[in-house]
Amino acid sequence: MSVFAALNGRAKLLLTLFVLGLAAAPLAADRYLVSVLILIFYFAYLGQAWNIMMGFAGQLSLGHSLYVGLGAYIAAALWTKFGIGPWAGMFAGMAIAMAFGAAIGWLGFRFGIAGVYFALLTIAFAEFTRIAFDHMDWTGRAGGLFLPVRAEQAGQWWNLRGGPLLFYYLALALMLGALWLCAALRASRLGHYWLAVREDEAAARALGIDAFAVKMQAVLISSAMAAIGGTFYAFYYNNLFPAQIFDMSRSIEMILAPIVGGLGTLFGPILGAFILTPLGEGLIAATEEAGLSAPGTKAVFYGLALMAIVWVAPSGVWPWLRRKLGLETP
Amino acid sequence: MPFDFYVTVAVQGVLTGLVYGLMALGLSVIFGVVRVVNFAHGEFAVVAMYLAFLGFAMFGLDPILAMLPIGLGFFGLGYLLQRHLINPFVGRPEHEQFILLVGLAIVLVNGLLMLFGPDTRHANLPYGFDSYEVANVLIDKVRVYAAAAALVVAALLFAFFRWSRTGMAIRACADNLLGAAIVGLDVKHLYALTFGLGMACVGAAGALMVVLADATPMLAPAFTLLAFTIVIVGGMGSMAGALVGGILIGVSEAFASFLVAPSAKSMFSFAILIAILALRPQGLLGRKQ
Repeated sequence: MSVFAALNGRAKLLLTLFVLGLAAAPLAADRYLVSVLILIFYFAYLGQAWNIMMGFAGQLSLGHSLYVGLGAYIAAALWTKFGIGPWAGMFAGMAIAMAFGAAIGWLGFRFGIAGVYFALLTIAFAEFTRIAFDHMDWTGRAGGLFLPVRAEQAGQWWNLRGGPLLFYYLALALMLGALWLCAALRASRLGHYWLAVREDEAAARALGIDAFAVKMQAVLISSAMAAIGGTFYAFYYNNLFPAQIFDMSRSIEMILAPIVGGLGTLFGPILGAFILTPLGEGLIAATEEAGLSAPGTKAVFYGLALMAIVWVAPSGVWPWLRRKLGLETP
Repeated sequence: MPFDFYVTVAVQGVLTGLVYGLMALGLSVIFGVVRVVNFAHGEFAVVAMYLAFLGFAMFGLDPILAMLPIGLGFFGLGYLLQRHLINPFVGRPEHEQFILLVGLAIVLVNGLLMLFGPDTRHANLPYGFDSYEVANVLIDKVRVYAAAAALVVAALLFAFFRWSRTGMAIRACADNLLGAAIVGLDVKHLYALTFGLGMACVGAAGALMVVLADATPMLAPAFTLLAFTIVIVGGMGSMAGALVGGILIGVSEAFASFLVAPSAKSMFSFAILIAILALRPQGLLGRKQ
């Protein structure tokens, strides 16, 4: 826990309570609440992966669905076609996602493509891959790839076959593991290089920081983490469609939690997921209650909520909440 | 006569591309001056498509004429949007602008979904199936009209920026914001005008698009990406670049649909985009920074 040494006493207490509360939550929560919490952990995890690139290293990626999709499709295809388990499949997915990340990073950083140009480059790769998977026979084209659910595999937790509780603790572990990793990275030499590059790349270079190399490291770590999230997604939902998993709206969904929570902060992506996912679920319930059955109703309110949040708290909710809770280190 | 066929595909691509170009021109003008990427651009184009469709279905108004009131209305809407919603975000970090406009885009596209449902709407023009035959090459009449209208709007915009005093003032803001403010230009007003002009382009282009494609809310994100791609291919900040990029992407889409599969057409656009970013990041007609 040395990476959390900088926290003050109250922060340590709250973090411990938070972790214990979530670990014990399935005792009290019903199936629906567990599924919502899994979704929150999943988005918190992906948000942290994206936050490394944008929040730490300052590189705006709008194509992270590419890495999630690759991690999902590769692990799922290895499992369904060759019976290779998800742990090995996860590493294969990570390797391929990192190769794509390296290609995008190399193209972008080598030629000095930054800001919205870099964002569009990431979108272009994700969309290109989506359409390619739409036409690829090996992964079932646009018709989707399905992971069979067989009774004899029901208890094989090591193959990620199991009930909601398995996925609950797995998602929780992913989220907390990512929190620990981000805290460690943030405190490391590399983490400081990232912030230097984010704040002023020219100045960072002048100090002898190899900006290209540290940005590449950010892409590689971030894409590998996103691919693990993809493998989780594939085995949790058991079905994959290119139009769903590679879609640009997935990339956008992924980045909302860290931005709403607080870009570049450690706890922001988690807080953002705890705000946005219940907001979405609550809006579904509220619009149903109000008899507004027209498709899109929920999303209209969601869009309005996003605009309101960025209007009121443009730097995210966490920096404000942290002050209110008295967690600022003096 | 396969050669004639290729010529036909190319001509159709160029004509469609000019309408794409007009849409992208709106994005380019806004980004070039206000430095905000309008991530709701395609969504506004589809709103204009629905307005043109309604005008046609309810009053029999030809979408090519409907471009005028829609463009004018969008100009006013753009002015107000910039003045009251977007202006506080000018100069703020890109991701904050992005969330604001993505929120707006989500509201627009889902608002359309609530009002009209997911079904496609087709404006069945009386001359929808007419075509011109020039030396064995068949050209759709609607495409010729739409492309000509797009060219006229683009030419008017060029002339405005080139010769009018207001246009020059806006260019001054784009070139040197501090200098423009020092000589007493009302930057907020000029930014709002620019956003209005960009929105007028997308409104007009959306109205014209109704004769080329069926309206559905699902088109919106694809149009945003399309406009974004065209602007970068053509060269950010270059008005002619937007039209050239539009034509290039239009022709590439036409050939990809014809030779490969309609569903694969945007794959080729993205391949062009990746190649441009790697080989000539400033775009075809963009100036090197």
